[in-house]
Amino acid sequence: MTRTIGFVLVCLCFLVSGLKAQESSLQTQERTRQLEEKLRCLVCQNQTLADSNAELAGDLRKQVAEQMAAGKSDEQIIEYLTARYGDFVLYDPPFKLRTALLWVGPFALLALGAAALVLVLRRRRAAPEEAPLAPDEKRVVERVLGPAKGDGVPR
Amino acid sequence: MKRVLLPLAVFLLIVGFLAVGLNLDPREVPSPLIGKAAPAFELPVLGQDGRRFLPTEMRGKVWLLNVWASWCVSCRDEHPVLVELSKKDLLPILGLNYKDNGEDAQRWLKQFGNPYQLSAVDADGRIGIDYGVYGVPETYLIDADGVIRFKQIGPLTPAVLERKVLPMAAALKK
Repeated sequence: MTRTIGFVLVCLCFLVSGLKAQESSLQTQERTRQLEEKLRCLVCQNQTLADSNAELAGDLRKQVAEQMAAGKSDEQIIEYLTARYGDFVLYDPPFKLRTALLWVGPFALLALGAAALVLVLRRRRAAPEEAPLAPDEKRVVERVLGPAKGDGVPR
Repeated sequence: MKRVLLPLAVFLLIVGFLAVGLNLDPREVPSPLIGKAAPAFELPVLGQDGRRFLPTEMRGKVWLLNVWASWCVSCRDEHPVLVELSKKDLLPILGLNYKDNGEDAQRWLKQFGNPYQLSAVDADGRIGIDYGVYGVPETYLIDADGVIRFKQIGPLTPAVLERKVLPMAAALKK
């Protein structure tokens, strides 16, 4: 009896450790995939490392997987790649002096557009309303349209 | 007058941006390795059993490291330029035979001429990654201290040699 229980326990231990191992390898896979989605393939430039079929992308994926297996963090792997290929490999480039225009540019343009809009609207509001007709203009109008009835306001 | 000038200015600004932007080649990714030490490696030499090459052997010389492969079509366009340059004996050219088959590579050199002092064999492309290679051919100008000074992505042309590489190499030699 005790032997059977012992056997079952040992089996359970193996099962649990096996499941754990599988879980951690799944986690690594997921991490690898997430990281590869953030990286650009240099050969076909609008594809991520995960999507690309280029040979270099395969080599780089291998590097990512190897380094991940070696226990490197995502940051370390990203540093490894940017040291060789520059910020261009990142789909989400860091904010630096060099990339400032890239990040700030669209908002600056938006602000510029908004300022121009406000300016134009203000100027339009500040423009004087049309002046009433001068007496000689009124006479011309009356000659053409006939004399004004009553106070001259159309009903 | 102002009505015309402002849109005209905006238009010219856009034209300016487009003129610059559309003339940039998006395939030319600036290398972060310019001004940095050329990555170290130790690789076997093509066609010389047992001989291994380290870039440190070239200390004190200004030299070119040309990444090539027999399967690379643009390398074939570039090759006569390199052969021509090697004849002038202006600066040593070394090859990095990238992800190639040794036999093919040797046959290729026999067929088209060998401008290289030697070619280091990077069979799995690992050293290529260290050098940020993504489109063969690529060429690095390395100075006497082992610092990368210039990188040409794609084939070297006589124009690039005359205008950039050779003047830079001459200046570095002083």
